[in-house]
Amino acid sequence: AMAGIGALSGNKPDNTAFTQQRLPAWQPLLSAGTALPLFFCAGLACLAVGLGLHFSSDTIRELELDYTGAPGSGHNCSRCANASLAGAGGCTCSLRFELPERFPGPVCLYYQLSNYYQNHRRYSVSRDDRQLSGDASGLSNPATECSPFRTDPRGIPIAPCGAIANSLFNDTFALYHLANGTFYPVPLDNRGISWWTDSNIKFSNPELINGSLETAFKGTTKPPNWPHAAYMLDMGNLNNTGFINEDFIVWMRTAALPTFRKLYRRVHEGNFSSGLPQGTYRLDITYNYPVLSFQGTKKVIFSTVSWMGGKNPFLGIVYLIFGSACILTGFVMLAVHIKFQKQNQMDVE
Amino acid sequence: MFRWSINRFCAGEEKRVGTRTVFVGHRPVSETDAYVEQKFCDNRIVSSKYTVWNFLPKNLFEQFRRIANFYFLIIFLVQVIVDTPTSPVTSGLPLFFVIIVTAIKQGYEDWLRHRADKEVNKSSVFIVENAKQVKKHSEKIKVGDIVEVKADETFPCDLIFLASSNDDGICYVTTASLDGESNFKTHYAVRDTTGLRTDDDIDSLTATIECEQPQPDLYKFVGRINIYRSNQEPVARSLGPENLLLKGSTLKNTKKIYGVAVYTGMETKMALNYQGKSQKRSAVEKSINAFLIVYLCILVSKATVCTTLKYIWQSNPFNDEPWYNQKTIKERDTFQILRMFTDFLSFMVLFNFIIPVSMYVTVEMQKFLGSFFIAWDKEMYDEEIKEGALVNTSDLNEELGQCREELFLRALCLCHTVQIKEGDNVDGLRVNQERWTYISSSPDEIALVKGAKKYGFTFLGHEADYMKVQNQKNEIEKYQLLHVLNFDPVRRRMSVVVKTSTGKFLLFCKGADSSIFPRVQRDEIQQTKVHVERNAMDGYRTLCVAFKELTQEDYKKINDQLSEAKMALQDREEKMARIFDDIEADMHLIGATAVEDRLQEHAAETIEALQTAGMKVWVLTGDKMETAKSTCYASRLFQTNTELLELTTKMMGDSDRKEERLHELLLEYHKKLLQDFPQNSGKLKRSWTVSQEYGLIIDGSTLSLILNPSQDSSSSNYKSIFLQICLKCTSVLCCRMAPLQKAQIVRMVKNSKGNPITLSIGDGANDVSMILEAHVGIGIKGKEGRQAARNSDYAVPKFKHLRKLLLAHGHLYYVRIAHLVQYFFYKNLCFILPQFLYQFFCGFSQQPLYDAAYLTMYNICFTSLPILAYSLLEQHINIETLTSDPRLYMKISDNAMLQWKPFLYWTCLGAFEGLVFFFGVYFLFQNSSLEDNGKVFGNWTFGTIVFTVLVFTVTLKLALDTRFWTWMNHFVIWGSLAFYVFFSFFWGGIIWPFLKQQRMYFVFAHMVTSVSTWLAIVLLIFISLFPEILLVVFKNAKRKNYQTVPFNLPMLLSYKSMENGYTSEMKLEDAVTNLTQRCHLRIPQMQQL
Repeated sequence: AMAGIGALSGNKPDNTAFTQQRLPAWQPLLSAGTALPLFFCAGLACLAVGLGLHFSSDTIRELELDYTGAPGSGHNCSRCANASLAGAGGCTCSLRFELPERFPGPVCLYYQLSNYYQNHRRYSVSRDDRQLSGDASGLSNPATECSPFRTDPRGIPIAPCGAIANSLFNDTFALYHLANGTFYPVPLDNRGISWWTDSNIKFSNPELINGSLETAFKGTTKPPNWPHAAYMLDMGNLNNTGFINEDFIVWMRTAALPTFRKLYRRVHEGNFSSGLPQGTYRLDITYNYPVLSFQGTKKVIFSTVSWMGGKNPFLGIVYLIFGSACILTGFVMLAVHIKFQKQNQMDVE
Repeated sequence: MFRWSINRFCAGEEKRVGTRTVFVGHRPVSETDAYVEQKFCDNRIVSSKYTVWNFLPKNLFEQFRRIANFYFLIIFLVQVIVDTPTSPVTSGLPLFFVIIVTAIKQGYEDWLRHRADKEVNKSSVFIVENAKQVKKHSEKIKVGDIVEVKADETFPCDLIFLASSNDDGICYVTTASLDGESNFKTHYAVRDTTGLRTDDDIDSLTATIECEQPQPDLYKFVGRINIYRSNQEPVARSLGPENLLLKGSTLKNTKKIYGVAVYTGMETKMALNYQGKSQKRSAVEKSINAFLIVYLCILVSKATVCTTLKYIWQSNPFNDEPWYNQKTIKERDTFQILRMFTDFLSFMVLFNFIIPVSMYVTVEMQKFLGSFFIAWDKEMYDEEIKEGALVNTSDLNEELGQCREELFLRALCLCHTVQIKEGDNVDGLRVNQERWTYISSSPDEIALVKGAKKYGFTFLGHEADYMKVQNQKNEIEKYQLLHVLNFDPVRRRMSVVVKTSTGKFLLFCKGADSSIFPRVQRDEIQQTKVHVERNAMDGYRTLCVAFKELTQEDYKKINDQLSEAKMALQDREEKMARIFDDIEADMHLIGATAVEDRLQEHAAETIEALQTAGMKVWVLTGDKMETAKSTCYASRLFQTNTELLELTTKMMGDSDRKEERLHELLLEYHKKLLQDFPQNSGKLKRSWTVSQEYGLIIDGSTLSLILNPSQDSSSSNYKSIFLQICLKCTSVLCCRMAPLQKAQIVRMVKNSKGNPITLSIGDGANDVSMILEAHVGIGIKGKEGRQAARNSDYAVPKFKHLRKLLLAHGHLYYVRIAHLVQYFFYKNLCFILPQFLYQFFCGFSQQPLYDAAYLTMYNICFTSLPILAYSLLEQHINIETLTSDPRLYMKISDNAMLQWKPFLYWTCLGAFEGLVFFFGVYFLFQNSSLEDNGKVFGNWTFGTIVFTVLVFTVTLKLALDTRFWTWMNHFVIWGSLAFYVFFSFFWGGIIWPFLKQQRMYFVFAHMVTSVSTWLAIVLLIFISLFPEILLVVFKNAKRKNYQTVPFNLPMLLSYKSMENGYTSEMKLEDAVTNLTQRCHLRIPQMQQL
C-alpha cells in the first residue's frame, strides 16, 4: 500500500504526451487485407525452403550398420558381445557390407548408441571442467561432482575424473575397400571432429613438466575403466593426447537424447578424397564397449553431409506441410473475405 | 500494530475507558491535597516502524510473512539443503533482488518518517513555568503544561484553549494537515480564562481538567474544567471540541494563544488517526490467487508424475544404475523413502519457475506506476480548486474497470456546493467594510443570510457573544447567543437560544419540514407546506424556520438543565437533545427557505454514460424525497418514461399495518417486474432494448423496516424480494438516509447474489462510512470538507471526472493487468513445459533443459520489460473512444478477461507452444549432426534452441497483442530480443571462473552457425504463433465487418440552461421538456444498435 499519489503534486499536471497517454503510436491492425498476401508469401517461402530442405536431405547418402551383436541375432559380433558381457575386451569382429552407390565426400563415420542416458543428471554433472582445462589444482583435487570416480580406493585423484570420462567410448573401427580382390585400408581422419573452441580453449592438457605429459599427470591415476592413462590416448601425437584427444572431447559433449550419434572419423583423404566408391567394404571392429547390459545398441553410420548437416527429413517435411497450410488458410480466408464483401455490397444495395 | 506501539510508549497507562484528570500547570488544587504526578506518555511522536537495530530482522520477518515470498524462500531453502538440479542462485537471486528492493524502499520511507518525527519532536516550544517562558523541545511537553503558541505555528499537542491575544477569546485555526480542510475554523477559549492574557496571569490559574481518555474522533471531545479561585467555590465549565486545539493544526490570524496540554505524543488525536486503512483486495487479485492455485496444482502434479515415473523407470536395474553411471555412496546409503521425497522436492524446484517471483514485482510495479497516469491526467484537473485526481491506493486501479452492478452516490454531490468566498482576513473585523462575507459550512445558512440581506436585514457578524444585525431602518440590533444545539442527521434540525437587546428570550429552530411541522402550531402549516412541496418538486433543497418566545422562567429552567447537561462527560449530545426536544414545541412557523442545488457540470451526462456502461446507479441521500426525485430527473437517473415504484412512508400510511402493507407492496412490485422480465431474459440481460425501465424510490424509515423488521418470521424472505426488486430496477433512489444506513445498503448489495462490485462516491463526512464499505470508494474533493477524499481510495475534483476515471482509466487498467496476469502464466507455462517433457528423455533425472543463467534471467531480463511496457502503455481502444462510448465498458464486465475460459485459452496456448518447442527440437535432434561439417550438438544446444524459440515466441506473441506501439514498446520488445542474443553470445563467449561447468561455452555461437537450426527456429516460431495469428485475423475480419455498420452515439444534451447561474422555475421546466424531447429522439437510435 502506498499513500497519496498526486497528493504531493499540488500544481497542475504536466501536459506532455507521455503523462496524458497520448504518445504517438503505431496502431497496426492485422486485417484480412494485410494478412492475405502475408499468408501467401509466407506459404510460398515455406514451400520453397521445404523443397530445398527435402531435396538436400534426399541427396544425403546414409548407411547404418548395427553391430551390437545381440545374442541369437547370428551376427558376426555376437561372439564379442558375449565376451563383453563377461567383461572381457579386445575382441575383434568384422562386417562386410556393400555400398549400393557412391558416397560423395567428405563421408563422415559416426557411431550411434541407443538407450544410453548421457543426459542423465547424475552422469552429466560427473565431470570437472577445471581439471579438463589443465588446471593443476583440478588434477590434484578433482571436483566432488566426479564422485564416485573422483579418486581411486587409495585416494589418488583420477584424471580425467567423473563418470563421463570413465565411460569413454572405446570401440575402434578400421575400414577396408575391396578392390581387385584385396581389401585396401581406407584412411580415416580423426582431426577436426570436435568443436574448435573445445579442443583449443575449453580442453587443455596440464602444463608439460620437462617436456613430458606423463610427468604432468604424475600423482593421478587413470579412470578405472580405461586400459591406460589419459596421456596415452594417442601415443606420440602430443596434439591429440591427454585431455585434448578429439575422441575424448567429442564424448565429453553429452548428448541431448538417449539415442545419439557422435562423429568418429572422416573419409576425405587419399584415393577417397572424392568419397567412397560403390562396392564392397569390410569394417574391422575392436569390440570393447558393453551395451547389452543396459539393452543398448551400437551402430556405425556412414553419412555424407550437406549445408543442412546430416540427413534429416523432418525439417523439410514440416516446412512443406506448414507452407501448404499457410496457402490453404490464405485461400480459405480469401473465400471468406470475398463472401463477406459480396454480402456487404448486397447490404449496401 | 499501532495499538502495540501505543502500549509500548505509554507503558503504565490505564485503560482507554474512563476519564483523566489534568492539573493545569502541575499545580495542586489545594494545599491539603498532595499533588500526585500522573503518568502520561510524553510528547514524542513515533511514526517510524523500525530502528537501525531492528530494521533487518523486523523487515525481513514482515516481508516473508507474505505468502509468495515465503513460498520462494522455501524453494530457495530446499535448493540449498537438498541436492537439486538447479543451483540455489537461480531462485535465490530473483528473491534476493525483490527482497532487497522492497527493503530499500521501506527503509527509505522509514528514514523519511524518522526525519519527520525528529523535526516534530525537536521543534522548540514555549512553556509557561512559574510565570516565565521556558523554551523546550516539543517532545518534552507533559500533560498539564501550559503552552504558548504564536501565529502560524503548529500546535505541538492537543491543547485546551485557555486564552488568546484577542479580547473575545477566539482563535482561528486551519486543519489542512489533519483532515485537508483548508478553511479557517474558529475555536473558543474557556470563558472564564479568556482574560488571562499574560504569562503572569496564566500562571495564577489553578484548575483541573477532567476529560475523556484519548479518542481518535477528530470532531468529538467532552471534558470539564474546574477553576479554583481563592475563597470561592470552584467554577466548573464544560469543554467541547470547540475548546480543543488539535496537534497538527495551525494557528492563523491570532497573535498567540495559551493552552494546556491534555493529550500528548502518541495519544493526540492526530496520532490516533494515523493508521493504515483496511486493505481492499481487488477481484483481479482474487483471480490471480485462484490461478496461482491451479498452477500450484499443475506444479505439484508434474512433480508427482515425474517422481512416480522415475521409480517405475528405475525398477529396471539397468536403468537405475547402468555400468557407466554408477551411484554415489551417498545416494546408495539414503533410504528409499527419503530419496523419493528428495526427488519430489527436486522436481518441484526444477518446475517452480512456473510460478514466478517476478510476477508479483511486475504487478506491483504496474499498479504503482500506472496510478500516476490517473494523477497526471489533466482532464481530471480542476482549475477551481487547483487540484487533480488523487490516488490513495494503487491496489484497486483495475477494479475501476469492474464496477459493474452498483454505483452509489449521494445526490448532494451532484450539486455545486455553494461558493464560499474566503476573505483574506477572517478575524471578524470586517464588520465595517462594504463587502462582508459569511463563512459557513452550510449552504443553506449562506442562502438564508443572503436572502435576508435582500430584504434589508444584514447580518454583521458577532462580537463576543453578541450577534449584530442591521435592520431595514439601518439600526443595529444585538442578539446575545446563549445556547446552540447543532444540526444532526437524527434530529434533522438545529436550534439556538438568543436574548434580544430588549431582554426577550427567543428560540429559533431550522430544519427539515418533517421535523419542524409537527412542532409548530397546526394552523400555520398549510400554506407553507404547499410552498415547500412545490419547491421540493422543482429540485430545491428546502428548510423550514420556526421560532418561539421563551418566558423568563422557561429560560431559567432550561438554562439550568442545559448547563448541567453540558457538564456531562458522557452522552452530552443526547442529554442536550432531550432538553431541546422538550422546548421545541408549539413554535411559530416563520417560513421556509429553498436553496437551489445546481447540478454539477456534466453530472447528467456522466450518470447517463455510467448507466449505459451497465452500471446500476443508486442514489443515497439525506434529502427529502421530492427534492431527491427531482434531482434524479434532472440528472437523468430517472427518465420520463421510467416507471417509478415507491416504497415510502407515505405509501405505508401511519397505521399499525405498516409492515403488512409493505409486504403487500413488495410482492406486488415483484410480480410486476417478473412479468416484465420473463425467465428466459438471461440472454437479453444486457441487451440494449430494454422495454420498460423501472426506478425504485425508498426512504430511510421504510428501509429500516425491511432491514430490521419487528418480527423476524419471514423477514429474510422479504429482504431478498426487496433485493430482487432493486436489482431489476435500472436505478434506485434512497432518500432520507442516515449515514450508517448508507453503509448498510452498500453492504447488503455487496453481499447479494453474484457479489457485484460496488463503488461509492460522495463528498461529505457522512459519506465516509459508505466509501469505506464499498469495493471502491471515491471521494469528491468538495468544498465542504476533505474527509471523504481522505478516506477514499481515489479522489476526484468533480463528479464528471468519474466518467473518465471509470470508462477510460478503469477499463484500460483492467485490460492491462488482466493481460499481464494471463501473459505471465502463459509464458511460464510454455517455459517450463519443455523442461517437464525433457524428463521423459533423460530418465527422470531432473536434468534441467536450460542453463541456470537462462532459468534465472528468463523472467527477470528477457521477457519482463515488454510486458511491463505493455501493461503501462497499451490502449487497445483509444481513450477518446472509451470515454465517449460507455458500452465498451460492458465488454470487460464481470471480470471477463480473468474468467476460467480465457484462462483456459491462455493455458492451452501455453501448452501448445510448449509442445511445439520441445517436440520440434526433439525431431530436429533425431540427427544431431546439424553443422555442415558433420559435427554434432549436445544437450545444452538442444536446450538453447528450445529457449531461443521460446524467448522469441513469447515476445512476438506480446507484439501481436500490442495494439498501441509507442516508441517505448518498440524499444523494449526489440531491445529485449537483441539483449537476449547479445547476452547469449556474451555468456557463452567467456570461460567464467566462478562456474563449475562451462556448459554454455560457445554453444550459442555454434548454434547460429548451423543453417538447419536457423530454419528450425524460424519454423517453430511460426508454427507457435500461427493459431494466434489466425485468431487475430479472424477477429479483426469480424470486427471490421461489424464496424461497417456505422453507429452514432446518442448525442448527449448539455445542461447549459441549468448551468447559467440561478435559474428561474421557467427555465428549469424548459430544460425538462427539452430533455423529454431528446429522450424520445434517442430511443430509435438506440434500438438501431
